[in-house]
Amino acid sequence: MSAMLELNNVEVLYDDVILVLRGLSLRVEQGSIAALLGSNGAGKTTTLKAISGLLDLEDGAVTDGTIQFDGEEIQGAPADQIVRKGLFQVVEGRRVFEHLTVRENLIAGAYTRRDRSELPADIEAVFDYFPRLGERRKQHAGYLSGGEQQMLAMGRALMARPRMLLLDEPSLGLAPLLVRGIFDIIQRINEEQGTTILLVEQNARLALSIADFGYVMENGRVVLEGSAEELSGNEDVREFYLGLGEVGRRSYRDVKHYRRRKRWLS
Amino acid sequence: MDAFLQLTVAGLSTGMIYALVAVGFVVIYKASDVINFAQGDLLLFGTYLIFFNIVQLGLPWTVGVVITVIIAAGIGLLIERTVLRPLIGEPVISMIMVTIGLSSVLRALTNALWGPQPRAFPPFLPGGEVSIGTATVAADRLVAIPLALGLLALLALFFRYARDGIAMRAIADDQLAALSMGISIPRVFAVAWGLSAVTAAVGGMMLGNIVGVSPSIAAVGLRVFPVVILGGLDSIGGAIVGGAIIGLLEVYTGGYIGHGLNLIVPYIVLILVLMVRPYGLFGKEVIERV
Repeated sequence: MSAMLELNNVEVLYDDVILVLRGLSLRVEQGSIAALLGSNGAGKTTTLKAISGLLDLEDGAVTDGTIQFDGEEIQGAPADQIVRKGLFQVVEGRRVFEHLTVRENLIAGAYTRRDRSELPADIEAVFDYFPRLGERRKQHAGYLSGGEQQMLAMGRALMARPRMLLLDEPSLGLAPLLVRGIFDIIQRINEEQGTTILLVEQNARLALSIADFGYVMENGRVVLEGSAEELSGNEDVREFYLGLGEVGRRSYRDVKHYRRRKRWLS
Repeated sequence: MDAFLQLTVAGLSTGMIYALVAVGFVVIYKASDVINFAQGDLLLFGTYLIFFNIVQLGLPWTVGVVITVIIAAGIGLLIERTVLRPLIGEPVISMIMVTIGLSSVLRALTNALWGPQPRAFPPFLPGGEVSIGTATVAADRLVAIPLALGLLALLALFFRYARDGIAMRAIADDQLAALSMGISIPRVFAVAWGLSAVTAAVGGMMLGNIVGVSPSIAAVGLRVFPVVILGGLDSIGGAIVGGAIIGLLEVYTGGYIGHGLNLIVPYIVLILVLMVRPYGLFGKEVIERV
């Protein structure tokens, strides 16, 4: 298998002083789903933005290392060029265009497409994945429920026909049942369209359930990696991310122990 | 009754020209949340451009209009590229302040090129008078109404269906999300400024045709504020309705009550609207999900 995406020793600075990624390396095989796990502030979202070129908007920059997409170096390229190459990030927190209708949101997603005549068919295909959106195609996206907005954010991404999707916390703020539905569709998109997926998730159990490979990040670098099965079986991951410690339920008295273990892990 | 009809035509033609200028505000506001205080001066510049083309160069008016539109678009693009683009990502207020500076520069430039004295303008809209029933109305004013409406309709279609039109509204809603789908912010801003400069120039041409060419035309930029606020800062339909209402109101108060008051009435409306419905008749309401 060949790598669709490969990061080598990537370093990211915000405002020229704050070092957020310190030598991050990871690799996503073509056609696979990779999960990027880690606690708040570990640098997961920054990693995605570094890949998709969205750091610019926040005064961040890749200062070292290389990012290769399909064999081509893309670090520092402007966001719209990266989208044109077939790499699309679904940003965290849904961020649909509230005052545009569902249909117009989807058309906006296809902004970079040259073959405009195929858009109607693709819009129908999105409604096929998300029938709820089809029912509401003429409604303003701002009035959709949280789950529907997440569906729209993903549908919008599909409209660009990306070869690779970066998903930033698709489960954020959604009811468990809805989350399961969204993840089933992520898996379907991966299988039916062969789209490579890099998934950032707080919900490690869910992420590992559909992923082929996983990375655990802490303090701006990868501290643990392995196939989804290996990670699910790993004692530290079980304890810190899946809440399944071998010793059973921990009390607050053991917080110190937790701290010690975490430091060791990084 | 005749007076009423004459006033109505005058009010509607003024109103539609206001609407055209107002749409210039709307286009830029929609794309970038910036209120362009130089709109009136763009209009002034456009008026002198057409004057220059037709009178000083002696071009036939069709050619003159086309050239004016092209130059106006070019000026819009140039302004965006040199003045606004370096400010992308800075607070919106910086951009707004810069448009105030731009307004002075454009005005001084016009003054330097053509001098301050008013000029006669060779009308290119059909002149003379048309009888409607027993009333006679000026033909150029009558023609200005469908002309302006047609242009406004084109713009509305652009926002609704064109790729860049939808992208413009998308950027107004959420820059980061728009950027993430490959929408190029500089490109969309450039389109907005180009369009805005063109609407200002066309409004200027029509106005120059009706009232002649003089530096005081730039004041229309300020006169249009009540229109934009009444209609809603981000709605083309709002600009049309607002333009009609303000135009008619001005002319009726001028015609029936007396001169002087017609200059104040729009601003009274402005204050009332801001008190009662700050987002205007058709403005974007803040969407809150419950």
